[in-house]
Amino acid sequence: MRLLELNRVCVSYTPGKNAVNNVSAAIGENTITAIMGPSGCGKSTLLRAINRMHELYPNVETTGEILLKGKNVLRMNPMEVRRRAGMVFQRPNPFPTMSIYENVLAGYKLNGIRLGKNEREEIVETSLRNVALWDEVKDTMNKKGSFLSGGQQQRLCIARALALKPELLLMDEPTSALDPISTNRIEELLLELKEQFTIVIVTHNMAQAARISDYSMFMYLGDLVEYDTTKQMFTKPGDKRTEEYLSGVFG
Amino acid sequence: MGYGVSKLRFRNWKNKAFYIFVCVMSGITMFPLFFIIWELIKKGYKQFNYSFFTEVAPTSMDAMLAKMSDSVIPGGVLNGITGSLLILGMAIVFAIPVGILAGIYLSEKKESRFAGIIRFLTDLVQGIPSIVVGIIAYAWVVKPMHGYSALAGSVALAIMMLPLVIRSTEETLNMLPVSLKEAGLALGASYTNVILKILLPSAFGGLFTGILLAVSRIMGETAPLMLTALGAAAVNWDWSKPTSSLPLLIWEFYNDPNLIDLIWSSSLLLLLLILTLNLIAKQVANKWKIQ
Repeated sequence: MRLLELNRVCVSYTPGKNAVNNVSAAIGENTITAIMGPSGCGKSTLLRAINRMHELYPNVETTGEILLKGKNVLRMNPMEVRRRAGMVFQRPNPFPTMSIYENVLAGYKLNGIRLGKNEREEIVETSLRNVALWDEVKDTMNKKGSFLSGGQQQRLCIARALALKPELLLMDEPTSALDPISTNRIEELLLELKEQFTIVIVTHNMAQAARISDYSMFMYLGDLVEYDTTKQMFTKPGDKRTEEYLSGVFG
Repeated sequence: MGYGVSKLRFRNWKNKAFYIFVCVMSGITMFPLFFIIWELIKKGYKQFNYSFFTEVAPTSMDAMLAKMSDSVIPGGVLNGITGSLLILGMAIVFAIPVGILAGIYLSEKKESRFAGIIRFLTDLVQGIPSIVVGIIAYAWVVKPMHGYSALAGSVALAIMMLPLVIRSTEETLNMLPVSLKEAGLALGASYTNVILKILLPSAFGGLFTGILLAVSRIMGETAPLMLTALGAAAVNWDWSKPTSSLPLLIWEFYNDPNLIDLIWSSSLLLLLLILTLNLIAKQVANKWKIQ
């Protein structure tokens, strides 16, 4: 089933110049889709259009249709969109004033949703187990999140996003600030999370896309050049630019 | 044209001399503070006793009698301490909500024209001489209320505090990484909640430091209070009545030949309070540093 559908999506930072140009694609449930491409090709811009993060900046304009379960995201309440499409950022950004426990529940607190004690405990435990952090932090729940290592912090941020039970998880180069071991853990994690969630991940790292994704998009200069199964794209790319990028001619 | 050894040596020497000069000049900046503290302690310590903190200022007559019998001047500055607390407390209540909200606005809407105007005006307000602020508060509060009052004094001090609080709030919030705000919004939080529950708590250290420094700056203000709070001989907790304050007392002591000996101990107390606030502010800033 199609969870997310993009129809002729354009995003511009300055009028008349599209950073993302006429992108159309459909993403199925319980898959990992990687968005690849060289720096400045519009990967993150496209990803951030999906949960309407661009609205923080007045000059950015998004047009086209982004359908989440058939409903146009651009006409929904942005807060609802962001609750249904969680996001993980490039750098781990746990809230510095909150403990690990509070960080996981931050989404509920910020949305003014009150939970019973049992419910809270359960959400924290499942979310942290989901990101394989539970065993590492269960005894230090009340410490600040910023005391964790970079990799742990990023897993905490994923747990924070998962706690709200989003339909879609958007990840903007989530491992680019991490060491290879932490990166590996997060990649394994994503493969497990795929069973419950749908993931769209922007990555700079072709090998990462090949390792974990089911589908890949290749973007270049704002255009979606190619969108196919990862297997197909890495073995028989349909476009010359994709082939050149994947074989390291540029990028 | 090559450089001879002697020329190089001269350059080395020049370098060193300049370095020493810079060090000495930096060292000199410490002298005024040490001399001031030394002088105040030397002349004021005798008055620093229990009654100095628990009794109101003595009358000219009492002081004269004490001086004639060569004993320590009785009484203290309790009316100044309580007055300062009352006036500063009210000034804080007026200035801080407005200042913090305005600071949030300036940091959130950096580019807007309105923010530019406010920023410019804030700088101007900061430059207004305190006596002028006193006159304004006189016209706005003392005149309509038909009398001097702690309220009028706190309005004058609040006006002087505002620009300090606004700018320190703005600067602190600007130091927070954008990723914090984005993380909050990405969880579906409203803009208001992101500011109240994420940005402000994260900026707490900076905000608190800014407030402490603003308070310590206005704590010694005298001129605006002469025209507004006026002064009082007794302890006063009524916001609508004339009230004393530490700097006002110092001014009154100075004007009375029998009480003039009290200016040293009162100044010492005022200085110690301000220094303490500054030290606390430093500690807070270090402890709550934004990572």
